[in-house]
This record gives sequence, C-alpha cells and structure tokens, in this order.
Amino acid sequence: MNYNFHWRPVFKDLPDLLDAALLTLEVAALSMILGVLIGLGLSLIRIHMKGPVKWFATAWVELARNTPALLQLFFFGFGLGAFGIHFSPYLIVLMGLTFNNAGYLSENFRGGFNAIPDTQMRASRSLGMTAFQAYTRIIIPQVLRIVYHPMTNQMVWAVLMSSLGMLVGFRELSGETQFFASKTFRIFEYFAVTAVIYYFIVKIILGASRLLAIRLFRY
Amino acid sequence: MQPTATFFSGFSPNDLLFLGGAALRTLWISLLAISIGSLMGIIFGWALSVSGVAGSFTLAPFLDIFRSVPLIIQLVLFFNFAPIIGLKLDPFEAGLIVLLVYTSANVANVVRGGIEAVGEPMRRAARSLGMTYWQDLRYVVWPIGLRAVFPAWVGVALGVMKDSALVSVLGYVELLKASQILVTRTQETILILAIVGAFYFALSYPVSYYASRLEKRWSQ
Repeated sequence: MNYNFHWRPVFKDLPDLLDAALLTLEVAALSMILGVLIGLGLSLIRIHMKGPVKWFATAWVELARNTPALLQLFFFGFGLGAFGIHFSPYLIVLMGLTFNNAGYLSENFRGGFNAIPDTQMRASRSLGMTAFQAYTRIIIPQVLRIVYHPMTNQMVWAVLMSSLGMLVGFRELSGETQFFASKTFRIFEYFAVTAVIYYFIVKIILGASRLLAIRLFRY
Repeated sequence: MQPTATFFSGFSPNDLLFLGGAALRTLWISLLAISIGSLMGIIFGWALSVSGVAGSFTLAPFLDIFRSVPLIIQLVLFFNFAPIIGLKLDPFEAGLIVLLVYTSANVANVVRGGIEAVGEPMRRAARSLGMTYWQDLRYVVWPIGLRAVFPAWVGVALGVMKDSALVSVLGYVELLKASQILVTRTQETILILAIVGAFYFALSYPVSYYASRLEKRWSQ
C-alpha cells in the first residue's frame, strides 16, 4: 500500500462541508414537511375519491414507489427541460424529494387511516364537529402518532436521498464534496469525511426523534 | 448555405434493444445483490439476535454504518478505496460488492425483527418438545418470522433494485446510465426518461403488487 493520505485539505474545507450539511438538512426537512402535507392529501384522496382524481393520486404513489429516486430527480431536472421549464438545482432536488416522500408517506398514512376505527369519526361528527375539524383534531393526530416511526425513517431516507443532488449539480453536502474532491483529487479523503458527517446527521435525527417521541407521547 | 454536421440522431427502435440489454444488466446486478446479500443478511440477522450485548456493540454499529451513509457515497468511497489497497475492480465488481454489503445490512435488520417477532414462550415450547436448536429455527422461527417480515424484505429487495441505478455513477452501463447515453445522443430527454421509467416500473410494480396481495392473504 503506497498511498499517502492527505487529510489536511479536507480539514481546511471542513467548515464549508458543514455549511453544506446544513443545506442538506434544510432541503430534506422542507421536502419532509411538503411530503407529509401532500402525502396526507394523496391518501385521503385515495380513500375517499373516485375517478380521475383518484387515478392521479394512485399514479403518483405508484410511480414514486416503483421508480428510482435518481430517475425522479432527472425527470424534474432534465425531463421538464424538454417543455422549456427550468428549475434551479435546489428546486430540482426539493421537488424530486417531495415527490418521492409524498408517495412513500401516503402509503404509510393510508395504513394509519385504516387503523383508526370508523367510530372515532362518527363520534366526533355527532359531537357537532365539521368533517374538517374531525380530521384535523381527531383523526390526523392519531394517524401521525401511528406513523411516527415510519416518518422518522422517511426523514432519514430524505437526507440520504438528497445526496443524489450531486448528480444534478446541487451543492449540498455530497455536491460540495464532489466539488472539492475534483479540485484537489483527494477523492477518498473527502468522501470519507462526508460519510462520517452523514452518519452523524442520521444519528442526530434519530436521537432527536426519540427525544421528541418522549415529549409527544407522554400519555 | 454551409452544410451542417449533425451530431444528434433521433431515437430509433434499435435503441430499445440497447435499453433492453441495459435493463437485463440492472436485473442481473440486483438479482445477484439481493440473493447473496439476503443470505448474508440472514446470517448477520441471526448473529445479531443471538449475540446479545456483545453484538450490539460490534456487529450492530458496523452494519448500521451502511444504513446511515448514502449509497452513492459508499459507492464512490469504495471505488476509490479499492485501488489504494491494491484491488483492481471494474465498476460492476465494485458496485456489486457495495450493493451486497448494503443489502445484507438492511436484510440483517429485517431478519432480526423477524426472529424477535417469534415470542420467547413459543421457542421454549419448541425446545421442550424435544426439538434441537436448529429444528426450532427451521420449523418454528422461520415460518412465523418469515410471515412477519416478508413485506419488509420485499421492500428492501425492491429498494436495492432501484438503488442499483446509482451504480451508474461508477460507469457501469445499466438502465439509468444507458438512458443518459441515449439522452446525450438523441436529445429527447422526456421520451427516454419515460421509457426507462416504464422499464423500472415493469420490473418493480409486479413484485410489489404480488407481495401486497400475499400480505393481505396471510393476514386473513
């Protein structure tokens, strides 16, 4: 093994990498928030609606779940370019991740909705709540509790998937790493440090979600 | 008027054959990764479930690394690390090794869940009926655990099939890389992405549909 590791340039660029890591977290968190909202909508549509709207929701979910995330990113990045629609790399990654998250989460939510007995809905309606109130105050909080663990997993997935941004020119953690790596040719060193950063991001998310669970599910 | 050279040519039926070949390569690398990776995962998962505290401080954190670092980083890292220790790997081999380890780490987690899904009283009952440890694993834990985690395993397997698209980063010409080559030549992005999407969908959807049917039948 006659290879000299050069860690110094990596540590010199570490602040930039950590900034990029924040960008990774930001895009993943945003895509999760949007994904939860859209996912809820999609699962409600699939439960209650008929006709084209339902087909649209079903198509969304099945496409998101049965094609690679990278292909979805390419679609938003390059595919829409065929129609003259161009987005910034940030938006491409955000939309790709949101599309994917919404699809996966919607399937989780559907299971969650099915687990809530119908009597809950009837009870809240007979107490004089509107359907909207019943959903936002009674049903959805319980669903979110049921799918809390899958949602945490999905958040981790969103962080890991955001690394695909490097292939559409987005300078989040992976993109920034690739940028520095191609500048210095210390590919292994840079990516090793990035792997460590990702590991800690994931650990922090899981730890935070565990703490949050203690706070949220006291009763 | 100057004659202009054309660098681009349209999408032709021949390219479908090219994509078909690439789809077979995607299928090949993911079948290898899923089958061998699952076997390794079963062994790791069993080891996790029997090793107790020792395992949770050694094997578990080790496997956890592969589930906490993006696959694309693992691929780039390994592909650039192999030459350092003197291994000459082509993109297929490097990609396959990373996918194998990634699959086994995920399957190990699933398998551990399956083994833990079988209650301790049931296993004690099996042993008191005179079954050996391996008979207990084979005839009690396996059938019950399999039912509990089969959907999760299908999810992992399909995930690996889709994630095999990332091996394109190393230069292995599978489905996604093939689509990029064609897009560069034909400039017909949306058409080719749609076709490739349809290929992936055709590989993935039947399996997930069948698995959810099976899950429903088992849960009755």
